[in-house]
Amino acid sequence: MTDTASENLGDDSIDDLAEASAASAGAAALLDGSTPDELGVHRTLRSDVWRQFKKHKGAVIFSVILAIITLAVLIGPFLYPADPFELNVADANQGASWDYPAGTDNLGRDIVVRSMIGGRVSLSVGFAAMMTGLIVGVAVGVIAGFVKWLDAPLMRITDVFLSLPILPLLLVVLLFFREPMTERFGESLGIFLLVVGIIGLTSWMQTARIVRSEVLAIKEQEFVLAAESVGTRNRGIITRHVLPNVMSSIIVSAALGVASAILTESALSFLGLGFPADFPTWGRLLSDGKNYMQINIWRTILPGALISLTVLSVNFIGDGLRDALDPRLRGKA
Amino acid sequence: MLRYTIRRFVFAVPMLLMISLIIFTILAFAPGDPAGALPLTIPAEVREAYRESLGLNDGFWGRWIKWVRAMFWYEPQHAIESIGNFCIGDCIDPGERIISFSSRSPAVDTIYERLPQTVWVLGLGLLFGIMIAIPIGIYSAYKQYSAFDNVGSFVSVVGWSMPVYWTGLILIFIFSVNLKWFPSFYDTTHDVQFTSWSSIWIQIKQLIMPVTVLSLFNAAAFSRFTRASVLDNLNQDYVRTARSKGLREFLVINRHVVRNSMIPVVTLIALSSAGIFSGAILTETVFRINGTGSLLITALGQADTPMLQTLTFFIAVMTVFFNIIADILYGLLDPRIRYD
Repeated sequence: MTDTASENLGDDSIDDLAEASAASAGAAALLDGSTPDELGVHRTLRSDVWRQFKKHKGAVIFSVILAIITLAVLIGPFLYPADPFELNVADANQGASWDYPAGTDNLGRDIVVRSMIGGRVSLSVGFAAMMTGLIVGVAVGVIAGFVKWLDAPLMRITDVFLSLPILPLLLVVLLFFREPMTERFGESLGIFLLVVGIIGLTSWMQTARIVRSEVLAIKEQEFVLAAESVGTRNRGIITRHVLPNVMSSIIVSAALGVASAILTESALSFLGLGFPADFPTWGRLLSDGKNYMQINIWRTILPGALISLTVLSVNFIGDGLRDALDPRLRGKA
Repeated sequence: MLRYTIRRFVFAVPMLLMISLIIFTILAFAPGDPAGALPLTIPAEVREAYRESLGLNDGFWGRWIKWVRAMFWYEPQHAIESIGNFCIGDCIDPGERIISFSSRSPAVDTIYERLPQTVWVLGLGLLFGIMIAIPIGIYSAYKQYSAFDNVGSFVSVVGWSMPVYWTGLILIFIFSVNLKWFPSFYDTTHDVQFTSWSSIWIQIKQLIMPVTVLSLFNAAAFSRFTRASVLDNLNQDYVRTARSKGLREFLVINRHVVRNSMIPVVTLIALSSAGIFSGAILTETVFRINGTGSLLITALGQADTPMLQTLTFFIAVMTVFFNIIADILYGLLDPRIRYD
C-alpha cells in the first residue's frame, strides 16, 4: 500500500506524496512491460514534479520573472542610489529621465525606488493573507471532512461566507476598525494585521470546499482503513495520510490565493482604504499616481505593471504546479 | 424541480437574515458616531435629541429588529403601493422606511436611482465579454495546442491578471487625455433619446471605455472556462459515436459538444451576474460613474450606516439570488442532475 511504503521512506510530507504518485507511475510503468527500476534514475516526487513543471514553458519563464521581481523588491532599495522617503521638492513632478528612470512624484521622490519599497508590502501582504486563508481553509475542510456532526454546520457557514458581499464588507471593516488597530499595534503594523486578517478571513472558502471533498474521498480508501486498523490515532491519520494526499490541491490553491490577495490589497489601497499615504504599496502608488497622470504617466504605469506582472507570474506558476502535481498528467506532454 | 426551487427560496430567507445580522454586527460595533461630526458648539441635549432622532439609542437588537422590519415589511409594502398607486390599509408612513443619515431620504430610493448606471455599464461589460469569449473558447479547445489556442490562452491569462483599475487608467490616459476621443467620466444626466443619433452617440462614447475594459476582463475569464469545459466534452465517448455514425463535424461540435459544454458556462454567467455589484465599486471609481459602487464609497466616507447596511444587504440578496438561479439552471439544463 502506498502509506506503508511512505512510512518507511517518508521523512517529510512531500516524500509521502511521492510514494502515492510513484505508485501510480509505477503501475503505468508495469503496464508498459517495464519495472520501476528499469526506469533508471531513482525517482522521487520532487524530481517527477520538477520534470513535469519544467515542461510548462510559461510557468518556468514566469518563475524567473517572479524571482527577479522578488529580488528587486528585497535588495533593490539597498543598491538603488535614491532614497524612497526623502523629500526633494526641487525635483518634484519630473518626467522620466536619466536621473529618474520613471520620474518623481509630487514630493520629488523617485518612483522606481518607491515601487521597490511598495512591492515589499504588497508581496508580504499577499503571502501572509494567503497563509491565513489557507490555514483557516484547510482546518475547516479537514474538520468538516472528518468530524461528521460538524460537517453540515461548517459547510453552511462556508455557504454564508460565499454569499457575503466580500469587497463592500472589507471596505466597511477597514474603514471602521482602522483606528482601534492603529492605536493598539501602531500605524504600520496595525494596518498590516488588519488588511492581512480581513483578506485571509474572507478568502478561505474555496480551499475549505476543495479540501473537504478530497478528505471525504480519501477517508474511504483502504490505506486509511489499514492505518485505523493498526490503531493509528485520528491526528496521525490526518497528518500522515490525509494531508499529504490533499497537498497538491492545497499548493495550487495557495498559488492562486497569493494572486487574489495581491489583487485585493491593491484594490483596497486603490480605493484609498488600504495603507496610509506615507506607506507605499503598489495599489497606493497607483492610486496616488492617477491624479498626476498628465504630468507623469509612469506613476500609473509602473506600479500597475508590477501588480499585473506579479499576478500573471503567480497564475502561470499555479497552472504549472497544477499540471506537475496531477499524477494523471505527469509523464505526458 | 419546482419543489427544489421553492425549497431553495424558502431556505434563502434565514440565510439572508443571518447575513444581514453579520453586516449589522460589523456596522454596529464599528466605532464612529454620526453625531460626533456635529460642531462642538451644539449643546449636549440637542446632540442627544439628534441621536434619538436617528434611532441610535435603541440598543443593538432593537435597531436590528427595526431594520429587518423596515427591510422585509415596510419597503416591500411601499414598493407595491407606489407601483400600484394605492394604499394597503393605512398608507405607509415615509418615516418608517430606512432613512439615510446623510441625505435624510429613503436609502432604497437612492439605490434605485443609482442602479441603471451600474446595470448599463457592468451588464454590457459582462454581455460583450461573454459574446467574445464563447466562440474563442470553443475554437481554442477544438484546435487544442494550435497557434490560435496558445496565443488565446496566453492573452486570456494576461487579461485576467490585469486589474480593471489599471487598464482603465491606461485607456483614460490614451483616449481621454491624449486623443480626447472619449470623456473620462460618465454623465448620468445625459438623457438618451433613441430618436436622435447624436444623443445615442454621446451615450456610446461614454460607455465605450468602461465597457471595453470590463469586456476584456470578462472575456479572459470566460474563454478560459469555456475552453476547459469544451475540452472535457471533446474526449467523451458520445463524440466518437457521433463522428463514427458519419455526422458532419460542424454538427458534432455544435449539436453535441457545445450544447453540453455550455451547461457549466451558463451557471458561471449566473454567478458572474451577482458579481456585477461588487465589481462596480472599482470600475465606477475609475470611470467616475455615478452608480451603486460609487454610492457605497460615498456612504463609507460619510459613515452612513443605514445606507451601508441596506446597500451591502442588497448586494448580498443579489448574490444569493443568482446562486440559486445558477443551481436551478444547472438542474434544468442537465437532465443527469436531479435535486429531488
